[in-house]
Amino acid sequence: MNTLIEVSGVSKSYGGVVANHDVSMSVPEGGITALIGPNGSGKTTLFNSIVGYHPIDAGSIKFEGQEISDLRVQQIARLGLLRTFQQTRIYSKMNCVQNMLISVPHRNASFADMFKKYPAEITERAEHLLEFVGLYSKRKLISGNLSFGQQKLLEFAMALMNEPKVLLLDEPTAGINPTLINGLIDRLKLANTEFGITLFVIEHNMRVVMNLADNIYCLAHGEMLAHGTPDEIQNDQSVIDAYLGAH
Amino acid sequence: MMNKFTLYGCTLAFGILGPILFPAYISQITILWLMVVFALTWDIMGGQMGYNSLGNILFFGVGMYVCAIVQVGMYYDVAQYTAHSGAVKVHFTTAQYFTGLAFGTIAAALVSSLLAVAFGWIVFSLRGPYFAIGTLGVAIAAGELMGTWDYVGGGGGMSLPGFPGESDGSAFFYIAMFTLAIATFLFLRWLYASRFSLAINAIRDDEEKAEGMGIQTKRYKTVAWSISAFFLGISGAIFGNMTGFIEPLEVAFPTVTFGIFMVLMALLGGKGTLWGPIVGAILFHVIKELTWTYLLGWQWIALGALIVINVVFFQQGIVGWMQDKWPEKFGIEVDTQLGVEDTKQTEAVK
Repeated sequence: MNTLIEVSGVSKSYGGVVANHDVSMSVPEGGITALIGPNGSGKTTLFNSIVGYHPIDAGSIKFEGQEISDLRVQQIARLGLLRTFQQTRIYSKMNCVQNMLISVPHRNASFADMFKKYPAEITERAEHLLEFVGLYSKRKLISGNLSFGQQKLLEFAMALMNEPKVLLLDEPTAGINPTLINGLIDRLKLANTEFGITLFVIEHNMRVVMNLADNIYCLAHGEMLAHGTPDEIQNDQSVIDAYLGAH
Repeated sequence: MMNKFTLYGCTLAFGILGPILFPAYISQITILWLMVVFALTWDIMGGQMGYNSLGNILFFGVGMYVCAIVQVGMYYDVAQYTAHSGAVKVHFTTAQYFTGLAFGTIAAALVSSLLAVAFGWIVFSLRGPYFAIGTLGVAIAAGELMGTWDYVGGGGGMSLPGFPGESDGSAFFYIAMFTLAIATFLFLRWLYASRFSLAINAIRDDEEKAEGMGIQTKRYKTVAWSISAFFLGISGAIFGNMTGFIEPLEVAFPTVTFGIFMVLMALLGGKGTLWGPIVGAILFHVIKELTWTYLLGWQWIALGALIVINVVFFQQGIVGWMQDKWPEKFGIEVDTQLGVEDTKQTEAVK
């Protein structure tokens, strides 16, 4: 399997707080990779470093062999590396279809494209994806009026609309009621198998992680603690210590 | 929206018949259309994109000066023309006048748009209130700078070529301003039907998310501002010629009057809607003229009270309020059973 994202020796500190120290990892193409770790272990910082929200202090981040640590957020997104947010972010005053339409890939958008209308097949695709996440009946509603879980689904659909190569999901199941979680796991797996999108997920819910991922990294105190398959991670003493506190 | 054609018809009828039926008010109605242009162009940024600019008056003044310089400069030396000693004796023929005005207006539109691109480069790194203050500073600085530039007459201002013939040109400038208002409206109606509107709405709702999704936010912001500047530049060119005499602080860069009125009109009518700024501009202009006529001495207080009521009790503006009240008339769907649907949704996913 090809490596899609290659992180090597990345460090990032905020003032005196070391959020990531010499972190190395890789996301293989086509799979579902998960990143776990206790609160404050530096997971979101690593995500933000990868998608270009802040410069890194040391190390290198490569996407398909290309160095991206010095690119800006929009440029990285246009390469096909997309992230969703821990706090769900949608365009709250627009309806669901509009949210979807504006999420089309902007990779090759030319100057004149700004003034074009959306062709019918794009609207169809938007509605098809809304159906995929179960929001078709809500498609004309102002998205800010949807429930939190539905907004999360909408954000996921918007990400799919963008046709990314790899999707970074920051706690996709946080705040969603347990019955919805199963549906979401199924759809994440489908996005991976049907649409061929590589997933890289931060997740606290261990049931979700073990069910979803085929490849898990564990961070603790800003350093990479362990790496392996779900089985290996579950039986790794250092991971258990990190979560429960060792003495 | 219901009765769209009635609305268009009434507006058009008023625009054509207004000055014929009330010839004494022709310059008032010209300014009414200027206000409509102000409110419409402000709303591109302030309403649709969520960037509250307090400095859009900059492009009005720049357009005015650029047009004047081109009009005079095509036939005379501008520095001599504006010199107090009356160094040159000027006379513009009818052909010279209209050629100068045409080229001046085109130059005004282009220079204003380019300036928006240049300033956008600087001020678009500011967000929220900082953007508002930054643009306000730029507009005030521009007025003061113009006042020190002797080439265009400095603080004393410069007079423009007189309208040829017997008439004072009020009918001509009326038609020009009315056409500009219609052109601005039609252009924006077309623009808001394209993906441009979704992109700038997305920037309004969550700019960081828009960046994260790969939207070329800077490109959209710059183009949005230069579209505002384009139409404002033309309006400045027309207004300068209509007034006949321009000077920096009161006519070209009146930040505390016209500059603030643009914001108020859009807020009053309902920002972020196509018709809101128009409704706001008309209502505002009528209220302003009535208070100036019948409440002289209290007019600023009356205007202040209107602003306070608008901002405290009526933030969504008139058209915004109508949208909330009758959403189905505006093509907005509302889920009346949000709670019930939610449970169904959950079950469907199971």
